Parts: sequence; C-alpha cells; structure tokens
Amino acid sequence: MMLDIRSLSLSIAVDGGPKEILHDVTLAVGRGEAVGLVGESGSGKSMTLRSVLRTEPRNATVTGAIALDGVDVLSLKGEPLRQLRAHQIAMIAQNPHAVLNPVLPISRYLVEGMHDAQGLSVAAARLRAGELLEQVGIDGVDRVLASYPHQLSGGMLQRVVIAGAIAGKPSLILADEPTTALDVTTQAEVMAILDDCRRELGMALLFVTHDLDLAAAVCDRINVMKDGVVVETGVPDQLRDHPAHPYTQQLMDSRPASIMWSPSDGSGE
Amino acid sequence: MSDTNTGPVSETAMITVNGLSKTFRTGVGRATVAALDDVSLVVEAGSCLAVVGESGSGKTTLARIIVGLESADSGTVAVSGRVVAHRASRRELRRRASEIQMVFQDPQSSLNRRLPVQTAVDEVLRVHTSLGRDARRLRCSELFALVGLSDEHLRALPEELSGGQRQRVAIARALAADPSVIILDESVAALDVTVQGQILALLDELRTAKGLTYLFITHDLSVVQLIADQVVVMRRGKIVERGATADVLGRPRHPYTQLLLACAPRPGWKPQRGVIRALREEITS
Amino acid sequence: MKRFAARMGPIGIVAVVIVAIVVFGAVLAPLIAPYDPTIGSVTQRYLGPSLEHLLGTDQAGRDIFSRLLWGARSSLVGPLIVVSITAVVGTALALTSVWWGGFVDSAISRVLDLLFAFPNLLLAVLAISVFGASLTTAAIALSIAYIPYTARVIRSTALRERNLPYIRSPQLQGISGLVITARHLLPNVAPLIVTGATINFGFAMIELAALSFLGLGVQPPDADWGLMVSSGQQSLISGYPAESILAGLCIVITVASLGYIGERLGGRSAAGRKA
Repeated sequence: MMLDIRSLSLSIAVDGGPKEILHDVTLAVGRGEAVGLVGESGSGKSMTLRSVLRTEPRNATVTGAIALDGVDVLSLKGEPLRQLRAHQIAMIAQNPHAVLNPVLPISRYLVEGMHDAQGLSVAAARLRAGELLEQVGIDGVDRVLASYPHQLSGGMLQRVVIAGAIAGKPSLILADEPTTALDVTTQAEVMAILDDCRRELGMALLFVTHDLDLAAAVCDRINVMKDGVVVETGVPDQLRDHPAHPYTQQLMDSRPASIMWSPSDGSGE
Repeated sequence: MSDTNTGPVSETAMITVNGLSKTFRTGVGRATVAALDDVSLVVEAGSCLAVVGESGSGKTTLARIIVGLESADSGTVAVSGRVVAHRASRRELRRRASEIQMVFQDPQSSLNRRLPVQTAVDEVLRVHTSLGRDARRLRCSELFALVGLSDEHLRALPEELSGGQRQRVAIARALAADPSVIILDESVAALDVTVQGQILALLDELRTAKGLTYLFITHDLSVVQLIADQVVVMRRGKIVERGATADVLGRPRHPYTQLLLACAPRPGWKPQRGVIRALREEITS
Repeated sequence: MKRFAARMGPIGIVAVVIVAIVVFGAVLAPLIAPYDPTIGSVTQRYLGPSLEHLLGTDQAGRDIFSRLLWGARSSLVGPLIVVSITAVVGTALALTSVWWGGFVDSAISRVLDLLFAFPNLLLAVLAISVFGASLTTAAIALSIAYIPYTARVIRSTALRERNLPYIRSPQLQGISGLVITARHLLPNVAPLIVTGATINFGFAMIELAALSFLGLGVQPPDADWGLMVSSGQQSLISGYPAESILAGLCIVITVASLGYIGERLGGRSAAGRKA
C-alpha cells in the first residue's frame, strides 16, 4: 500500500478539555488507486486529509501512524516534510481562490510551482504549463495563462489547480471537496477531468466528499466516516446494494430512488 | 421548446408571473446582464413548483422579486389574483408578507446570533397578529411543536442549535405569518444530506396539512424529485423547459435539461466528458 | 464571572484590578484623600515620603498622594466624555449610513473623510483657541476628532451584516428600518463598540493629559495627572522628580491596562466570530 493510515487519532484542546476529532482511523490507498472518504459535517474526513499533509491545527494531539511509501509522515518536519509536500503529494482544496494569488496571473502560479519544486527553467516551465492546461481541457491556453484569477470562472480555476497538482507528478493527490462550490455541470466536467488525468498518469487519489454517489463515480473503494470514525469500507456497488452499517444505509436512504433520465436512455422525446 | 406566456391572471393560480424582466449593470464595465428575460409562470394553489437552474440562471432573482426584495424592470407578479406593486413600500411589504414568506438558504445567517431563536418567530407574530405577549409565547410554542422542536429550544441561541434545527426555526418563522405561499430559496442546500431528507419531509407534511403553496428554488435535482409536483428549468434568465416533475426529469426535451440530468450524481452515475461536450454544443447551436 | 476571568487571562485580571483601583480612588477621593489637593503650605514643600505625606509634597507644599487621587477624577472624566460622545455619535452615523446606503452613505462618508484629515490635537487646540481652555472644550474637540475612526470600523462591519437574511427577513415583514437597526444590527456591532470605547479611552487619556500638559486643558491649581507632569517639570530640574514621575506613571499604567483590557474584550467581537 502506498498510503497507510493506521489507528490515527486526533484530538484538539478546547476550553472544556480535549475534544476528539478522529478516533482510530485506519485506511489505505494503493498505488494508482482512487479511494473515497465520504461523510457529513463533523465526520472528520477533512481532518484526516490534513493529517496526511501535516496541516492539522497546532494544538492538536495526534497518535497513530501515517506511512507514505514507507516513510513515517507524522515524524517529519522541516525540509523532509517540504520535500514530501512538493514531490509526493498534491492537494486540491475546495476554494480555488484561496490557493491562487489574486494579484498574480495564472502563468505565475504554474510556472513558479514547477520552477521552485522541480527546478525547471522558466521557459521550460511555461511550455509545460501550456501542455498541462491543454490536458485539463482548457482551450485558449495563452489567454488563460495571461489571466488573473478573478477573470476566470470557478470551474476554470479548479482546472488550473488540477493542472498545478499534476505538474509535479505526485504519487498521491488529496482532494478536499474540490467541486462542492461549483455548479453541477461544471462539477461533472471537473470530476471527469480529474478522473481521466489521474488514471492516465497513474496517480493515487484520496477524495473527500459528502456526496456518496459522486465518490462512487470515481473511486475504487470508499470509506464512510461518521463522528471521527470509519464505519464502513467497501467498493461502491457493495456499499450501495449491501450496506453493512446503518449509517451507510441512512446515507443511501436520503437520496431518492432514481427515476431520472440518463444519456444512455437516448434523447427524450 | 415552446414556452407560452400565461396571459391574464389565472383564477386558480396562487402565483402568476407574467413577462418578468430584470437587468443588472455589472460593477466595473457598463455591461448589462439580463438576470431575467421575459419569464412567465404559474403556481397552482396547494402545489409545489421547483425552479431549477445553475448560477446565473436568474432563479434567485425571480424569488427575490416575488417576495419583494427586488423590483423588476417590467412584467407583473400576481399573488392570490392580486397584482403586487413593483417598488414596495413598507406597508405593501407587510401586506405581501402576510401572504408570502421566505425561508432562506443559510441557517446560520438567517437568525440573529445575539438573540434567542424565539424572538425571530415572535417578531413576525407581533407584526402580523394582534396577540398579546402571553398569547404570542403560546403560539411560538405551538409553531415550534409543528416543526419538530420543543419548548426548551425557544430560549436557545442559534449557535446552540444544529443546522437542521435552525432551518426548522426559519420554517416556524415563515409559518408565523400564516401565509398561503412559502418561497424556499435553496433551503436545504446548506444541510447535511441525512438532515435534508428530514426537512423536506417536514415541508411536505406541512404543505398538505395547511394547504400551502411552495416555490422551491434549487439546483439539486434530487430535491426536485422529493418534493416538487411541477418544475421549470431556467438558464441565463430564461425558462427553457417546464412540466410535471416526472415528465421533465424522465423525458427531458431541452438539451440543457438533459445536460443537467447527465451531470446529476446518482447511483450508477459516471461523469462523461463526451456526452457533456455534445450537449453543450447542442445548447449553443 | 468565570468566563470573564478566562477571557482576560492572568495579565488581564491584573489590568482590571488596576483600573478598578484607579476608579475607586477617583470616586472616593473626597473621602479618602488626606489633604485638600489645591492647598499647600510653602513651608512643607518638597517633603519626602512619610507617614503624614505618603508620597511627599510638591513645590507648593501640596500632598502629592491627595493630588493624584483627585487628579484621577479629571483624568478619568475627560476620556469618559470623549468616549461617550464618540461611541454614540460615531455609531449613529455609521448605522444611518449603512441602513440608507446610496447618497446618505456617500455624504456621511465624505464628512468623515474631512474629519479624518485633521490631526486630533490640532483640532483640539483650534477649538480651545476659540472657546477657551478647559477640560470640557478639550474633551468635546477630541470627540469630534475620534468620531470618524469609530464610525469607519462600525460601518464596515455593519455593512456586511446588513445584507444577511436575519436583517432582510424583518425588512420583508415591513418592519421599520429604525427598529431593525436597533433590535438586530446594533447588538451585532455592540462588541466592536465596546472594544473601540475601551481603546479610545486610553488614547483620550493620553491626549487630554498632553493638552493639560500644554496648559490647554485643566487649569491650575486643580489636580490632574497631565497637569502634574507639566508643573512637575520645574521640580524635576531642581532634583525633585516625584510629582512628574508619579503622575506620569499613573497615566502610563492606567492607559496600558485599559488597552490590554480592550484587546482581550475584542477577542470575540462580531467581526471575529466564526463564520
């Protein structure tokens, strides 16, 4: 297994005493595998992701083990941690505006990343930036490279972020609700692009979302989380047809049985 | 994709919207954005109409105009057969509010965080009823019970309640005016999925029990399925398709509706770039 | 009470105690001051600390301890006037500006910009040159100079709150703007007003002391910390620094305490609340 999380527990110090956010979380992601973390608010799914990146809150107490390619992530700090973040893991967050500097054009974001992290020359980086943007399905690459974040739509920005994420050829992509803030049609496109790119490049994906169906669409395996605990793990079909845990059943029941048209039905009327 | 105007004010309709248009001027340039472009629709008494669209579709502007938060540039809105004025004075707003109420999207910001949640409901009672303080307190209690909350929630501050509970308070507040129509603006979008189902069930019960009419603004097709009899689909300020829920969702005619359905996550769904691209092309052609 | 203590922290509690002592001293001065602060005997000048004169006497033979106690009164009353006027007028302007928006907002903002352009002390000196030197004149002049700061801060927070549904909702019911502003908007900017007032108090204290120091505020022989720092200058040169230093210390410690309290109080203002 490439990413191995074992018995991860995390609590933060609040006024009334320590508050447990994660309890004994164990999950794994194989090389090139897409794994989903599905849960509602307070389930601990985002905190799990943050633990892998080591961006958990300062006052958090963490126990357990997180191993990435055999390296113990929890014990890293300083330069080795920076290397890990630069080369092996990439993160796609929910809000692209928070990641992109509003006063710099898109080209700077991509070129800087590749120049600093991989040592490419500026010219080579710019060329590669163009290629990456094409790979994520952007037309008019030059125009986008010259644009500022506020000039582009949310969907476009997320594609740019994806481009930046795959630029370093990481072995693992962490995605935290990457499409929650997008329109449903844009969401579908961005998820399709993310799925295609990572399959092509053989990258693993840890995908956090509250939408079980969305996770099922792109993940090989799904972990269902509630209140800081992994309540069930399985392949999407199995979770849907034979959910073992009542909470999984509850998640399934909240969505209506589908009577909706789908493209394979052919054009309606 | 014929889209007929609804003509003169209908007798049985609770809400009639006729030729509503509104343009906004965007901040920086002087470009105008058509938020609504000649929109007409009818909501029959006792039914639930869902207005579906993505951002920029105009669905929120439509809701805001009907409830009186914005005024249209042209067109009419009639409620219970009576045409409502464009620029609403305070008195007109009050009159409209006794018939139409709104439940907003964000449970967090729709309640005053410094006051106990009861005051939100009490305030509405004070405006629309002539009940004395004790009578109002009793009525608050009754309304809370109706939405599945208990008396001990009356004194709670918003931060002490969950998102679902706060939305229940918002629904109680809407009911306090004894309206005939409730406009729900993405009222379950900010809630957890399991809670969404509960709130939708509550809304459905209330509609039947009190004979209410709903206008439900949403982007989520599952919500449409769970609660709406009729649906209109909006894109860029225009209505592109309308009909009974089962028809529109089961046999969509307009490519945009098909696109929305092709992109809606559900069991067995996978995002398909080719399909999406083809439908997008069909729309713009 | 316990939550307040937790919010203040250990240093905060010390600060609160200090301020409490100062306030008590000022309030109880007529009862506990051993001597009349304005009367002194030349034969008693420059006495060191003793049982009869806890902190010694100044160059006119007046008991320094009594003067500090009495001085606390004007040193506190002045800022109190400033802060009250600023809070009330500043908040009123800000909320009016936010509720009406459009032309009213622009007009008020321009007036505030004008006031911003004046350095505080200059405005005070100007007012004093017209109306004569006194604590009241100085306090009012300073208030006017402070109003734009408060108004700006309140306005920006109120602006954000105004468009939220909990304000829109009562508006839809046809409730009047005044009622909505008072019942819903005001409580949600109240923490900011309190923090601002606490911090402004400290600033006002220093600036009024400076004015008194310059002879433009409290007039001798009245006791006032700022005035004491100034009149103590002669004594300082003569080798009797007690008056200036003690008065100066009182000012510094009180202002620092108030500033700290203001910061701690502001920890969970409406602006800082979790989104």
